[in-house]
Amino acid sequence: MSALLVDIILWGSVAVLGLMAWQRGRVVLVASVREGSLDFINIVPRIALGVLGAGYIAAVIPSEVITGWLGPDSGWLGVLMATVAGAATPGGPVIGFSLGAVAMKAGAGPPQVIAYVTAWALFAFQRLILWEIPFMPARFVWFRAAVSLPFPFVAAAIAMAIGKP
Amino acid sequence: MAELPLKEPASADDAADTGPRPGRIRKPIGWSMIVIAVLVAVCVVLVWRRDGVDGVTEILFHDLELFGGILPRVLAGCLLGAFIAEILPHEKVSRALGPNSGLKGLLIGTAFGAILPGGPFTVYPVAAALLTVGADFGAAIAMVVSWTLIGYGRAIVWELPIMGTDFTLLRILISLPLPILAGALGRFVYLRIYPKGAPP
Repeated sequence: MSALLVDIILWGSVAVLGLMAWQRGRVVLVASVREGSLDFINIVPRIALGVLGAGYIAAVIPSEVITGWLGPDSGWLGVLMATVAGAATPGGPVIGFSLGAVAMKAGAGPPQVIAYVTAWALFAFQRLILWEIPFMPARFVWFRAAVSLPFPFVAAAIAMAIGKP
Repeated sequence: MAELPLKEPASADDAADTGPRPGRIRKPIGWSMIVIAVLVAVCVVLVWRRDGVDGVTEILFHDLELFGGILPRVLAGCLLGAFIAEILPHEKVSRALGPNSGLKGLLIGTAFGAILPGGPFTVYPVAAALLTVGADFGAAIAMVVSWTLIGYGRAIVWELPIMGTDFTLLRILISLPLPILAGALGRFVYLRIYPKGAPP
């Protein structure tokens, strides 16, 4: 259901922007459709590698390893391990959030779980190799990941300062 | 990013005369792809040694199915990016989101990332398109980080039901300043690494 809604919004936006390009003239419309199609053809092999690759990488990282990293220590070492666990978590949002919820029930502190979810959002390898690297210039991806490094720790520090939710 | 010539159509009428912007240079195989391919090859071998040929083909068929499912969305994302690069006036984009756009540019990037509908198949093509029409790394980082940290789509569909309301709200509240900080840090570091602008 939500997948259908996403597709409607997505193709609706494409149609609206396509109409706007067409208003600028047929040449503009044709040129942007050609440009977009070339991008698509260029990106398909990289997405293919990302999709197939993520499946195999996920298969060699059991989720017990992730939950093992997440939870045992409640201090800054715990935040560091949670950050590594977030980046190494395979799969989509269901797996990421479920592991976080499991860790919370198992007694991990909110700062550590927040660091985990933040690190997962910023660095999850699956999203990086499947989406960000194929679409963005390579230099941007490494740059973005590098300047994002402090933020799981910043998020954990704010959570520690605020206290329990 | 290479500097593209600024060709802003003054009005809709003469847009056709100015012609489309030159196509981007595409490099299908870069170092990132080679590294990923090697990593994947190692993992395939590990799966094969553990589960045999059946394990390898099972994952292959599952992933091929997934791949077929996302292809139309990837096409939509590519078209979206191409339309945005063509429609948005370069001058305005570089004023609003360029290196000299200041805090306002980071705020616009953050807001844009937070409200953008769709998923990774929209945010990355749109961010790449904005980069080609004059946004700087700082604004694009703010947008991408904002989408991953405070984008409402994933929070409503996945995080609220799984993590609960208290946790989700606290995490989003904490995350609010982070895209702006990430964009500012990105801009700061970028100017120190490339003081004379981006290399070709």
